[in-house]
Amino acid sequence: MPVHSFQEHFDSLIDREITIEPKDWMPDDYRKTLIRQISQHAHSEIVGMLPEGNWITRAPSLRRKAVLLAKVQDEAGHGLYLYSAAETLGITRDEMYNQLHTGKAKYSSIFNYPTLTWADMGAIGWLVDGAAIMNQVPLCRTSYGPYARAMVRVCKEESFHQRQGFEIMLTLAKGTEIQKKMAQDAFNRWWWPSIMMFGPTDAESPNTEQSVRWRIKRFTNDELRQKFVDVTVEQTKVLGLEMPDKDIKWNEERGHYDFGPINWDEFWNVVKGNGPCNKQRLDARKNAWDNGKWVRDAAMAHAAKRKAREGGVKAA
Amino acid sequence: MKLAYTLRLADDALIIGHRLSEWCGHGPILEQDIALTNTSLDHLGRARSLYQYAADLFNALPAAEKPSVFSSVAIQGLVAAGTAIDEDDVAYLRDGWDFRNLLLVEQPNNDWAYTVARSFYFDTFNFYFFSALQQSNDTALAAIAAKSLKEITYHLRWSSEWVIRLGDGTEESHQRMQQAVSDLWMYTGEMFVMNAADQDAVQHGYGVDVDALKTLWMERVKAVFDEATLAMPAGTWMQSGGKDGKHTDNLGYILAEMQFMQRTYPGMEW
Amino acid sequence: MTNDKMNITKNEWPLWEVFIRSKAGLDHKHAGSLHAADEQMAIENARDVYTRRMEGVSIWVVESKYIHASDPGESASLYDPANDKIYRHPTFYELPDEVKYM
Repeated sequence: MPVHSFQEHFDSLIDREITIEPKDWMPDDYRKTLIRQISQHAHSEIVGMLPEGNWITRAPSLRRKAVLLAKVQDEAGHGLYLYSAAETLGITRDEMYNQLHTGKAKYSSIFNYPTLTWADMGAIGWLVDGAAIMNQVPLCRTSYGPYARAMVRVCKEESFHQRQGFEIMLTLAKGTEIQKKMAQDAFNRWWWPSIMMFGPTDAESPNTEQSVRWRIKRFTNDELRQKFVDVTVEQTKVLGLEMPDKDIKWNEERGHYDFGPINWDEFWNVVKGNGPCNKQRLDARKNAWDNGKWVRDAAMAHAAKRKAREGGVKAA
Repeated sequence: MKLAYTLRLADDALIIGHRLSEWCGHGPILEQDIALTNTSLDHLGRARSLYQYAADLFNALPAAEKPSVFSSVAIQGLVAAGTAIDEDDVAYLRDGWDFRNLLLVEQPNNDWAYTVARSFYFDTFNFYFFSALQQSNDTALAAIAAKSLKEITYHLRWSSEWVIRLGDGTEESHQRMQQAVSDLWMYTGEMFVMNAADQDAVQHGYGVDVDALKTLWMERVKAVFDEATLAMPAGTWMQSGGKDGKHTDNLGYILAEMQFMQRTYPGMEW
Repeated sequence: MTNDKMNITKNEWPLWEVFIRSKAGLDHKHAGSLHAADEQMAIENARDVYTRRMEGVSIWVVESKYIHASDPGESASLYDPANDKIYRHPTFYELPDEVKYM
């Protein structure tokens, strides 16, 4: 096959579903789109540690405490895998942090909501992780190799997250009156933000077409959202809870559940920084980073001293 | 007495695990956030094994003895109802004066240097303690010790390396590390105090002579401080009381947070 | 690189590539990368990050800057010649049916 240009070669790799690797030529926009998407994803994992982290010290049993701690730790790991994938594109983790801390980079808006009761740990695992998995599974086949490999690892570890969340919800839903109330209350608060997690409608999502073309995305926002609604309605029946959306109705013709209008005004406001916890979340990340600076510097200084001493010994 | 002894070891593990878990999501760098959480999970795991064993010991007591073991109204309620207690009951329903953890482990995280110093003092002690506890004539305690020792060996390596890194890092880190090891020094003496529970444990062969660990501990700490270019703290006045249920302000806040769910919604499954 | 960018990344811990032997008898396989101040810390971080689910029995780390990679533009000359050396592949050899497990 005669190859005429880098661009054509790249396009043909994409068309033949061949993975793009770090040293391959790639269009600038492809690189930029990936950096934006992967770093945003990584930031979401790291910021996402905070709302659940709130409940580690308050978990109601030792088993739940251990599971939650391991889960939040997994999120740190996922952030790390993803930052590493983005680093293969020529950006450093420090630069990405800087973008997060200065508000230049976004993260998933869902983490700007508070976690008010223990049931929120259930709702987050069940709904938020459930929605995340739906987004993430197709990404295991995304066109950029390091991203796809990171996602394989993430998805493998993520499956326990949703299950533990559902288990918490089930325990509460089958528990006492107050526990059931807790579960329903958390469901009501997390439902809408969860379905907003898939992002704006396809009509409002200008980047989708190009991303699908590049196989960075494999399904559109609306396709994934519909899939999520369909499975969640069924799971809700198992829990015996009520759907927070009164417009949920099976549509025979479409073969899907119809659902009520999403409050996009709220969505865009939370994205813009007007959510209930935007400031706290970002401050927590900035504080961790700023307060850690002397620690990171000390480790570097010590490593340099040791290297110098070892070098001295070898020379002598 | 064996119950009190087992509970104390469990309390140490739970409270240090609690403190370390407070770092989760707030560490100085992602890799160390993950590392510290692993350690926290190890402590929590050890706490659970010990609490389960303690609950077994409690449940096996003659009915007449049970009501007087813990003053907690919640536990007395369970005893009165004839319910067997479990790991969560001992962790979440005991009152502060029935917690027997060392004062050291309940001290706040403050900064990375304090956290490292607290872990280093405790890990060094744990290393020698659990090495010796493997010889316990109580097979449950010996088995827990053998498993824990592998984890603790790694904890000690981690905290020793950080003491050295910070002590022999930058000027700022050296100062902070020196400050931390000096401030926490007065909480180290308690580890080697032989109280009634320790004496009973040694006498009956299920526990460890902690007084005998002091020299080993000192030597190890000194060696690491030397490498870290840190001065051994000179203070000789030591705080104690944790092992007898007399704590610092910190424990009350820890328990208020940790126990709130079980206390607010009694008797439910989670 | 702007001044700003240099300041941000100046003191970043170096990047390391991690290779893990998942069980005795297997090769070390690339698991991912991470940051660490020195090699000892890199191994420990690798243990904490990449073997949380007992994925490994042995860990190698190498600072990423020391990895030399082939140029994908030359992959045709590097790898394609192996395409016609099918005698390197076991299925090239026909064995009688009675011979199993070879």
